[in-house]
Amino acid sequence: MGNVGAKDVPVLLSPEGLRLDGRRLDELRPIRIEAGTLHQADGSAFVEWGQNKVMAAVYGPREVHPRHLQQNHKAVIQCKYNMAAFAVDERKRPGLDRRSQEISKVIAEAFESVVFAEEFPRTSIDVYIEVLQANAGTRCAGLVAASVALADAGIPMVDLVPAVAVGKVAGQICLDLKKEEDNFGEADLPMALVPQSGRLVLLQMEGHMTEEELGRSLDLGVKGCREIYDRMKAALRERYALTPVAGGAA
Amino acid sequence: MTEEVVAEILTTHILDLAADGRRLDGRGPDEYRPITTEPGFVSTADGSALIRLGQTRVLAGIKLEPGKPFPDTPNAGVLTTNAELIPLSSPTFEPGPPQPGAIEVSRVVDRAIRAAETIDLTRLCVTPGEKTWVCYVDVHVLEHAGNLIDASLLAAVTALSNATVPAKRFEVASEDYPLDVLHVPIECTFVRLGDTIMVDPTFEEEHAAQGRLTVATDETGRVVAMQKGLVGAFSPDDVKAVARRAFAHGERLRSLVKGGRS
Amino acid sequence: MRPGPGTYRVGGKIYASVLGLVAERPPLVHVTPLSGRYIPRAGDVVVGTVTDVQTTFWLLDIAAPRWAPLHMTGTPWSIEVGETERYLHVGDAVVVRVENLEATGRIGVTMVGEGLGKLEGGTIVRVSPARVPRVVGRGGSMVEMITRLTGARLAIGQNGRIWVEGSPGAIHRVSEVLKRIDENGQRSGLTQEVEAYLRSTVPDGPVEPEVRPPAPAGARDRSDETDPRPWGGTRGDAPPSFRSEEL
Repeated sequence: MGNVGAKDVPVLLSPEGLRLDGRRLDELRPIRIEAGTLHQADGSAFVEWGQNKVMAAVYGPREVHPRHLQQNHKAVIQCKYNMAAFAVDERKRPGLDRRSQEISKVIAEAFESVVFAEEFPRTSIDVYIEVLQANAGTRCAGLVAASVALADAGIPMVDLVPAVAVGKVAGQICLDLKKEEDNFGEADLPMALVPQSGRLVLLQMEGHMTEEELGRSLDLGVKGCREIYDRMKAALRERYALTPVAGGAA
Repeated sequence: MTEEVVAEILTTHILDLAADGRRLDGRGPDEYRPITTEPGFVSTADGSALIRLGQTRVLAGIKLEPGKPFPDTPNAGVLTTNAELIPLSSPTFEPGPPQPGAIEVSRVVDRAIRAAETIDLTRLCVTPGEKTWVCYVDVHVLEHAGNLIDASLLAAVTALSNATVPAKRFEVASEDYPLDVLHVPIECTFVRLGDTIMVDPTFEEEHAAQGRLTVATDETGRVVAMQKGLVGAFSPDDVKAVARRAFAHGERLRSLVKGGRS
Repeated sequence: MRPGPGTYRVGGKIYASVLGLVAERPPLVHVTPLSGRYIPRAGDVVVGTVTDVQTTFWLLDIAAPRWAPLHMTGTPWSIEVGETERYLHVGDAVVVRVENLEATGRIGVTMVGEGLGKLEGGTIVRVSPARVPRVVGRGGSMVEMITRLTGARLAIGQNGRIWVEGSPGAIHRVSEVLKRIDENGQRSGLTQEVEAYLRSTVPDGPVEPEVRPPAPAGARDRSDETDPRPWGGTRGDAPPSFRSEEL
């Protein structure tokens, strides 16, 4: 079976260098972004990315609850990443778990790096991410959805924040891993980029790769993020029936 | 604390309109909002359905796992229903443990599924007293624009109707097979607005309501569950009239479920 | 060009900070937001809902990032400390003017002034604050036409909360119009579209065949009429869900 030797490992890379779903190494899964999908929220987005389905909503800036989280000189950004019980193969128990809490924290911090929070002292910007169907890369899909939702909510920020995971699969650096590649690959490296500054505001890594591979992974990830950035802007233009303008975050 | 205050004059306006049998959105007292169903929305679930009822949007997913039967029902499978009113779906919901509202939706939906014998729990038993299927019905409210109970049960039974028992994956049988749905309960919720009883309330109508009444019926002509909610009261004659209307709506809504299996 | 509202500058370049439309007003370049909550400006007239009553002030939800305190001295009434409860209750709707904005984000509002006060009767319709200029129209043309063709009275809050008063049919038609403007705010030809809709609908709306005379422009305040609420009273100390208990 597999070229790595273990019994259950599928062939992750064909002799032609194509991946399980026929993608090239630097190719993204199909991605569809819908801005403004919910009516109640101040901003929202639905992202279908490969086999991922993720909804995000933004409420705020609004009064802070609980009040002790209020900050005198800026808005507090509260993020809740949550996974529906049926979003994964083995049913996930509803409610907060350590994984969701960690992801919520790093996503909130990514947004704190770009939102002009000082414009709204003593308020809260609440970002809710719901993973409805998961297939690797949900934190990146969630971050993309939430970023579009923030823009849809009219929140001032440096830029949209595209995100993507890069990984090492069967010895090769690949863009945007799907579940089997994530499970059986050698490394997974999700990242989020601020295109305006070229800096990364979310970065995690698990697995093993060489220094040289890390360098190539970062370059590939940035390239992927820029592709996703274009899709995010297109989704917002479609929502507001706009024609492109040169430059700027939106 | 994040409760959005509905302006009192809006509530008054809703009641004024109701006195003439009218509604804010132009519907009649016995008219549902448009409903669409999207069965199989979630591929990771063993069965699923996305329901839109006006702007209310509910996603239900079914998961089946092998487990142990309860000691007092060794020959029956286990069914649990859980509704999550996630803060994404409304400015009025907060993060944290389930609020009483979410628990009420869970329990009212669960009661209808159970009482109507929607699925035959004895058929979920694999080895009496030892091994059975546990069927999880998870209801995820994505947008709360009123009448979560009807939308949630509709999503749940549509999801059950297109569910597959993952027998192969769990090495219980050599092939997966469809989950048998014996009966299809439908819940119809009404609110009292002045002297008028309106079906399928919006969020604002629920807020203005002087009592809410839900009647679940099945296709055999049985009433299988009821729930009176919110502050307010109904006369026995009100209840009889509501039940009659619930049967009529139930028949129509049931055809949406039947069309569910693709 | 210098960076104006909705923009920021980095390394000599100006970027948009919000999703919106670029407008050059030398020496500034602005980006006008297309979405988002209401951002208060001093002088704006807004429609709000009372969310909390304290001994010397009320808190108003004006769809802004923060609740706005309305102090008892900012009303036409002479009120003793602790009497606020008797004048405005949670859920009451008011028209107020934004007076001052503090660096803390506090939004000071007043109810003293022409056209300001407590709203009686009618209802409130919500549109995106970004759509308010379209609701008003050039030189007030849109709101003038809506009023003329429906007989309804409107109080337009800059915050996207719009008070509509009139016959049920008129309120229904105005609500439909506001929904269209909210959904198609960017489109040109909106005025003609709205006019065509209003002329195609019967004066008292499609939901009731019986035609009532439209309320005359500047219709009388309904506050002195019998309270239509079945519980009759205006006791504001009980939350709304408890009021029906008095039935």
